[in-house]
Amino acid sequence: MSDKKPISSVNDFVVRFANVNGSGSASANELFARAILRHGVPVSPRNIFPSNIQGLPTWYEVRVTEAGHLGARGGVDMMVAMNPQTWDKDVAGIEPGGYLFYDSTKPMPSTKFRGDITVIGVPLTAIANSTYTDPRQRQLFKNIIYLGALAALLDMDPKVIEQLIGEQYKGKEKLLSSNVHALHLGRDWALQNLKCPIGLRVKKADKVGDRIFIEGNSAAALGAVYGGATVCAWYPITPSSSVAEAFTSHCKKYRHDAATGKAKYAIVQGEDELASIGIVIGASWNGARAFTATSGPGISLMTEFIGLSYFAEIPAVIMNIQRAGPSTGMPTRTQQCDIIACAYASHGDTKHVLLFPEDPAEAFEFAAAAFDLAERLQTTIFLMLDLDIGMNHRLCRPLKWDDARQYDRGKVMTAEMLEEGRDFGRYLDVDGDGIPYRTYPGTHPTKGSYFTRGTSRDRYARYSEEGTVYADNMQRLVRKFETAQDLVPRPLQANAERPTKYGVIYFGSTAPAMDEAIGLLEARGHQLDRLRIRAFPFHSSVASFLAEHDFVYVVEQNRDSQLRQLIVNENGIDPVRLVPIVHYDGSPITARFIAKAIGDHQDHLKVTPLRKAVS
Amino acid sequence: MTYIAKPKFHHPGLKKNELGYTHRDYEGKISTLCAGCGHDSITASIIEACYELSIEPHRVAKISGIGCSSKTPDYFLGNSHGFNSVHGRMPSVLTGANLANRDLIYLGVSGDGDSASIGFGQFAHSIRRGVNMTYIVENNGVYGLTKGQFSATADRGSKSKKGVTNTDNAIDLVAIALQLGATFVARSFSGDKTQLVPLIAAAIRHKGASFIDVISPCIAFNNHAGSTKSFDYVREHNDAVNRLDVLVGRDPISVDYAPGAVQVVEQHDGSKIALRKIDADYDPHDRLGAMTFLQKHAAKGQIVTGLLYVDPDAEDLHEHLDTVETPLNRLEADDLCPGSAVLDKINASLR
Repeated sequence: MSDKKPISSVNDFVVRFANVNGSGSASANELFARAILRHGVPVSPRNIFPSNIQGLPTWYEVRVTEAGHLGARGGVDMMVAMNPQTWDKDVAGIEPGGYLFYDSTKPMPSTKFRGDITVIGVPLTAIANSTYTDPRQRQLFKNIIYLGALAALLDMDPKVIEQLIGEQYKGKEKLLSSNVHALHLGRDWALQNLKCPIGLRVKKADKVGDRIFIEGNSAAALGAVYGGATVCAWYPITPSSSVAEAFTSHCKKYRHDAATGKAKYAIVQGEDELASIGIVIGASWNGARAFTATSGPGISLMTEFIGLSYFAEIPAVIMNIQRAGPSTGMPTRTQQCDIIACAYASHGDTKHVLLFPEDPAEAFEFAAAAFDLAERLQTTIFLMLDLDIGMNHRLCRPLKWDDARQYDRGKVMTAEMLEEGRDFGRYLDVDGDGIPYRTYPGTHPTKGSYFTRGTSRDRYARYSEEGTVYADNMQRLVRKFETAQDLVPRPLQANAERPTKYGVIYFGSTAPAMDEAIGLLEARGHQLDRLRIRAFPFHSSVASFLAEHDFVYVVEQNRDSQLRQLIVNENGIDPVRLVPIVHYDGSPITARFIAKAIGDHQDHLKVTPLRKAVS
Repeated sequence: MTYIAKPKFHHPGLKKNELGYTHRDYEGKISTLCAGCGHDSITASIIEACYELSIEPHRVAKISGIGCSSKTPDYFLGNSHGFNSVHGRMPSVLTGANLANRDLIYLGVSGDGDSASIGFGQFAHSIRRGVNMTYIVENNGVYGLTKGQFSATADRGSKSKKGVTNTDNAIDLVAIALQLGATFVARSFSGDKTQLVPLIAAAIRHKGASFIDVISPCIAFNNHAGSTKSFDYVREHNDAVNRLDVLVGRDPISVDYAPGAVQVVEQHDGSKIALRKIDADYDPHDRLGAMTFLQKHAAKGQIVTGLLYVDPDAEDLHEHLDTVETPLNRLEADDLCPGSAVLDKINASLR
């Protein structure tokens, strides 16, 4: 008996599935998310999985959001509790008035329930066992049975789910029919034995449009295919492995020579991260577009080579799918914590280009652009994703490609140019933009060869330890980095409805939560201008934004407010004017968190302005 | 690493190979290594081998790590692109370069510090992948640039210049290369140019992972009594299993047809290796036999030199990956990009 009015909401709620890793629930849960999407209602699903292989807990959360909020919301309206191991925590996490769905085959003591939630028991095991004899089938179809029951409880159209199952098992009639049968077993039981529907409902809408549903890692890998990457060297590490796996899959589909069937790509699983970046650098030095995908610990191992790429000026693309650090940290939890490590990777004075996509669509675009940038700038380009974008399906605009687009291969001196008698000095700044010309090995019998090295050399690539020569080179590298400011994606600014002296800076996977938080803050009476940073080096508009506002919040998912550090460092700004808003427990940042943190600070500012308090 | 370039003029009467190149066209800058360094002899052998094979110098990519040996690519093939990467990581850089352009010749030059310690893993994995390259280790058993520390190939019981005895077991890179599936494995001595030049030439012609371990005494830090990598020690303990000449397709350089004593091995590209057998029982096609032979002689304190193993039908990494014949670095958007029509279909599949 509930002592709290059950939550009633149409197309705006959160369902969380608590499962045991290896139970085969992932495909059923994803089917649930896709089915809601097919009802025309946006969803924002997230995998929540500890670092383990089998038998331990895993969760899948689906935010149903007709308003289209794609960040995590926080809180759970309905818990599908399929894991006894996490039962107590799962039940405790349900919002007051929420719903608990569980397998009621075995009776549970009343102490295991809460009085302020609606408990829905379905004898899933009993239904599965009475229908199937094979143990694996019993397990797998139990997942489809609960999907069927949920469809009845949430008023979902079974035909939509049947259609999805049909697409999934096209050509495999036996699997198709048995899955549809299991779906109806659950649905029929629920309709006959439970009050359906409950307060949470899915109602058909038209809010998805032409958007697609894709994981960031897969989109980035597709960007590498479209961007012309031919060499991929990688070493498995969570959460980046699916980039290389998706690249392999895409290449197998789209990159074979029609006449011979041979591969127009080379993918090597390196023996470690050092070898992977070494292969990338060797291939790029020799004129191929190459990349690796890794995560924080991999970046640590690659830093010596990254310094070589910077100093010897060799293109490289590194996709860094960030996870919680430091050290092994929390391998399957999300953070944006490698900003400083990547911006200044390696010893000595270095600066690297970072790109911050907000969603899979930008992951695709920025991945393709990264290869142009790497060759144009002859340096390492980091594509900075994180687990939240990389390993979760996101609704985003369709991927687009201009067929007229040609790759920017940068300043490459050809045999013809050398024959014309053009002066080739590998590190000569011919155009004043800090970017020298290079030649590929094998270009010309007598002209244009040079020695690539990580040691100091003059403008003609001749070894030199002269201080002035070294400084000249280092200053040119600074000029090159300044040139990069106008080549990388610019920040996007959105102003509040009314003029305000407060601003907020954010980036990457924080974007959807930030978009939603702005609405919550406006409801509290706070107006903020927004600037989404999309790359480092920072465009001059970042400095302008800082100058135009008294206080700027910097929202990020790490402990030390690393982007704020970088902004302070690169702009020479008074740190007091940049207020850190940080979230770093490994879960994706939510609009609720941002709105509360900024709102509380704004409220505080109204009482005692921070500048006065500090002075 | 040197900044002293050799003068470009030379005697007009210098002998030319079939491409019209002289020896000078295969040279690089003036060596800054110690006078008498074994590495300079290896440099001379590389120059000689490339000259004899009539290789276009600019079609070679020479890649090294860090250390005395890794400086040497600056001293040969001055019209080639060179790459002095980071300590021990030459193999991965070479692998990447090879993937980008299968049409060039790849010479990897490394040292025992490079390949047997920090780069031991990269050495092993480039060999097992079958990268088409000639991987030469200039092996002196000592860290010369940092003044005399033992390397991982220093024999147990050998002494440093300071008189310290090495108590660690040595890594035999030849044994490892054999075990990992290298399809061309040889060992030589920097002081034996007659043996080394044709070995390098044959390794270059071989398609697959060629590995040559060259004992190369460090004149400054490892050429003393008690060292097992000194000139004297190696000369006294060298046991050559064979000598060989390389016959290149249509125009053999030199041939020794001593009846009954020559074994001709035809390689993938049509070139032939003529083995002049010293040991009548030695079969260079028997990997297991080579491993046993090597161990037996090592136990007797003998350094076996010569071509120890060759697989004339070897495949390289590109064949394993089944890549197109056109070098990957020549492919452009028209070859690589599936286009917007395909992307539209992908989008449709994601709804």
